Amino acid sequence: MNAPAVEPILETRDLSVDFGGLKALDGLDMAVYPGEIVSVIGPNGAGKTTLFNAITATVAASEGDIRFEGESLIGLDPNRVTSRGIARTFQNVRLFANMTVLENVMVSQHCRTRQSVFGALLYTKAFRDEEAEITERGKEVLSFFGHRLVGYRFDQPAYTLSYANRRRLEIARAMATQPKLILLDEPVAGMNPTESAELTGLIGRLRDEWGFAIVVIEHDMEVVREVSDRVVVLDHGVKIAEGDYADVSTDPQVIEAYLGHGASA
Amino acid sequence: MSLAAPSDPAPPPRPASEPAPETGPSVGGSDDDAPPRPPFAQDWRRIARMGAIGAVGQIFISLSNMPVKLDGRAIIEGVLSLGYLSLVVLPLAAGSRVGHQLRREGVPFHRPGAHEVVGGAACGALVGGGLSLLAILIANFNLREPLVNWSPILADLLAFNRGTAFAVVIWLAIGAAVGAAAGLLRVVPPLARRVLWTMVLTLFGAAVLESLTTDLAEGMGIEALIDWFYAPRGGLTITGAIALAAGSGVLALVGRGRIKGAKARIDALEGPARNRAQGGLILATAAVLVILPMFAGKLTNELLANVGLFVLLALGLNIVVGLAGILDLGYVAFFAVGSYSAAVLTAATSPRINPELPWFVALIGVVILTGLVGLFIGAPVIRMRGDYLAIVTLGFGEIIRLLFLSDWLSGWFGGSQGITNIPGAEIFGLAEVAGTDPRSVFYLVLAFCAIAIYVSWRLERSRIGRAWMAVREDETVAEAMGINTVNVKLLAFVVGAVLGSFSGAIFSAKVGSVFPASFLILVSIVILVVVIFGGMGNIVGVIAGSAVLIGVLGGPKQPGLLAEFSEFKLLIYGALLVWMMLARPEGLIPSVRRTRELHQEELAQDAWLRGQTEDDHLENGEGRS
Repeated sequence: MNAPAVEPILETRDLSVDFGGLKALDGLDMAVYPGEIVSVIGPNGAGKTTLFNAITATVAASEGDIRFEGESLIGLDPNRVTSRGIARTFQNVRLFANMTVLENVMVSQHCRTRQSVFGALLYTKAFRDEEAEITERGKEVLSFFGHRLVGYRFDQPAYTLSYANRRRLEIARAMATQPKLILLDEPVAGMNPTESAELTGLIGRLRDEWGFAIVVIEHDMEVVREVSDRVVVLDHGVKIAEGDYADVSTDPQVIEAYLGHGASA
Repeated sequence: MSLAAPSDPAPPPRPASEPAPETGPSVGGSDDDAPPRPPFAQDWRRIARMGAIGAVGQIFISLSNMPVKLDGRAIIEGVLSLGYLSLVVLPLAAGSRVGHQLRREGVPFHRPGAHEVVGGAACGALVGGGLSLLAILIANFNLREPLVNWSPILADLLAFNRGTAFAVVIWLAIGAAVGAAAGLLRVVPPLARRVLWTMVLTLFGAAVLESLTTDLAEGMGIEALIDWFYAPRGGLTITGAIALAAGSGVLALVGRGRIKGAKARIDALEGPARNRAQGGLILATAAVLVILPMFAGKLTNELLANVGLFVLLALGLNIVVGLAGILDLGYVAFFAVGSYSAAVLTAATSPRINPELPWFVALIGVVILTGLVGLFIGAPVIRMRGDYLAIVTLGFGEIIRLLFLSDWLSGWFGGSQGITNIPGAEIFGLAEVAGTDPRSVFYLVLAFCAIAIYVSWRLERSRIGRAWMAVREDETVAEAMGINTVNVKLLAFVVGAVLGSFSGAIFSAKVGSVFPASFLILVSIVILVVVIFGGMGNIVGVIAGSAVLIGVLGGPKQPGLLAEFSEFKLLIYGALLVWMMLARPEGLIPSVRRTRELHQEELAQDAWLRGQTEDDHLENGEGRS
C-alpha cells in the first residue's frame, strides 16, 4: 500500500456486520485517502454492498468502528452520514421515479439547505435565493453528463429515462448532496460496452474535476482496471487482498476466491 | 353462436364526415374499416354474469328500502323520481358495460353496431328480471321476517299499483329498454353521445341542485323564472325539463370542443402569460365565492359552510396523505382537539378553566395545543411504516375521542355532556360569526380555506414539499439522500393537524357546543374518502371531492343537497369509492404526479408505442450484457 502521509478520509477498523449469526463482514480494515478511487471487488455474497450499507448506516455495524475524517460514524442516522459528506448510489437503481429529473437532484440537497416552513410560506428573499441556488446546482451536476439529462429532460419524470440515464441520474443525485466521498454500487451494471466505457471516463473526471474520493463496487474488470488507484478484494466478509490492479489480479488467493480451489495452480 | 345473422345489413348510420373529435387517436382507421359484429354473436356468458351481478345488486338496493325512501324526491314531476332512478341505475350500468370493448392498439376490434344494442338489452333485461323475481317473492313469501329493512310500499312501487303480474312483465321490459338504450349510446356517433350526456346530466344536475337554485333565485328576485322550471312539490316541471334539455343540447352542439380548446390554450401558455391566466381564473372563482352567498338564503349558506369545513379538513389531510404519503386514519383527532381547545378557551361554561378569550386570540392557543398534540401523537406513529402506521393512527383517533368522553377528564371537558354555550367568533369587533348566521360562518371558513390552499400550494413547491414527495416515493433512499425522514414526516403531521384544528375551531363557534359524539371515527373515514375521491395530492381535486360528497350527499351528520340520501349515505360512499378505485384510482381531478404513479407502466408503454422513448438506446446500440 502506497499510503501517503495524509490522514485517510474514510477508515474502517475491525468492522463486522452480523445478520443473525451470518457474518456478512468480518473484521474488515480498510482506508480510503482523499482524491483516491478504490475498487471493492469480490464474488457474489462477499459483503461488498453490506460494506456500503454499514458505512451509510443503513445497517448497523455489530463491531468495530467506521471513521470519516477522523470522526466515528457509528450510531449516526443515515441522513446524518450523508450530511457529513458521504453519498451513495444503489445497485438496483432507486430514483424518485415520479419526481422530475431536476427535482431528484434538488431534493438530495435537502441536508445542505436550511429554509423552514415559514420561509416557504412568507416567500422570503432567503427562501427564493436558496431555491435559485439549489436549482442552479442541480443543473450544474446534471450538465456533468453532457446533453443527456439537460434541457427538456429537467422537467421529465425520472421513470421516463432509459436505464443508462437512470444510472447517470443516480450519480448526479449523489453529487448534488455535496459529498466528499461517493460510494458507487455497480455503476455500469447492465450497460453496454460503449456506455460503460463512457461512464468509466466520467468516474475519473468525478475525482479530477470535482475532487471526490470514490469507492466503487464493480464486477466489470475492464472498468476496475481503468479507474482504480487501489483494489480491495473481499470474500466471505474478509479482505483477502489489496493493492493495485496488476498485483491483485494475479494474486492466487483472489483467483481461488473467484474460480474455486485448484484454479490457481 | 350458430344464430349469427351476418345478414343484418343496417348498422345505425354513421356519418363518415364526423371523425370522432373526442375519442382521439384510439379510434384509428382500423375502427372504421372493421365490420360491425353480427348482433347475436354475443358472449352470452359475459352477459349472464354481468346481468346476474346487476340483478343481485338491484335486489339489494330495493331491499335496502332505497327506492321507497327516495321516491319522495322528484326529478321530473310526475315522470321520474329519484326512487325509480335508483331502480334503473344498474340496468343502465350493466347494459353500458356489456357493450364496452377493450381497445388495444394494433388489435382490431369491431365497429359498434346492433351487437351492442342487443347485448345491452339482454343484460338489462336480466337485471330487470331480478326486480321481477323480487316482485314474485314479495307477493308469495313473507320476506319481512328475515329482511326487516324494506317497507311493503316497495311492492306497490314495483307494480305501479297494478299487481304482481304487471310488475314481472314491466320490469323485464324496462330493464331491456334501459339496457338497450345504454348499448345504443355506444353506437351513436360521439357528437350525439356528447349531446345526450349533456342533456341527461343537466337535467339530473338541475334536479339535484333544486334547493340551491331556488334559494339563489329568491335572493336575486327571479322566483318567477324558477317557478316555471320547478314544480311546487319539487322536481322539474315537464316544460321546464324539456326547455332545459333543449337548451343544454344546443349548448353542447355549439360549444363542442370550445371548452377543451380553451383549456388546451391555457395549458399551452407558458411563463407569465400562464400565471396571469391562472391568476385570473383564481380571482374569478374567488369573486363568485364571495358574491354568491350574498344572494343565498340560510340553507344554502349552511350547506356552503359545511362543505367549507370539510374542504379545510380535507386540505389538511391531503398534506399528510397526499403529499407525505402517511396514511392517517385518525385525522378526526385534530378536528376534535381544535374544537375542544377553542371551546375551553372561549366558553364561559367550560368546566375547569374558562378564560373566555376572544375567538381570534383563542385561535393562537388552539394552534399551539393542536401542534403539540400532533407532535405527541406523531412522534411514536411516524416511526412505523405502511399498514402498521395506519392501524396506529386509527387507534390514536379513537383514544383522543375516548379521552374527551372519559370520567377522568370530565372535570375539564364535561365528559359526554360536552361543552355547551360556546360563543361565536367575534372578528375584531366587526362581525359576530355564529351558527345563527351561516353566511358569516361561510366567509370565515372561506378565509381559512384560502389560507390552507396557500399553505399547501407554497409548501408543495419548497424543499419541504419535495422532501415529502421523496419520503412518499422511497423512504429508505430519501434517508440515504440526507433527508431526516422523522422530522419531515412529523412536520407534515403537525401542519396537517394545525389545518384540521382551524376547521375544529370554526366548527365549535358555529355549532355552539362540542360533544365527543361529534368526533367519531366515521369523520376520519369521510375525510379520507373525500380526499381519495377528489384526487389525492391535488388541491382542486380535494375541493371538488368535498363539494360532490359533502355538498350533494352530506357529511357524517350534515345533510347535503340530496337529504333523502342521508340513510344511504355510507352505502353510496362505499359504492362510489369502490367504483372510483376500479375505474379511476387517481380520483376525480387527479394530480399529475399521482396519475403517473398509478399508470406508470401504461404511460411508459404508450411512450414506447409512439416511439418517443430515449434516443440514446439508438445512439449506443441496443446490446447490453
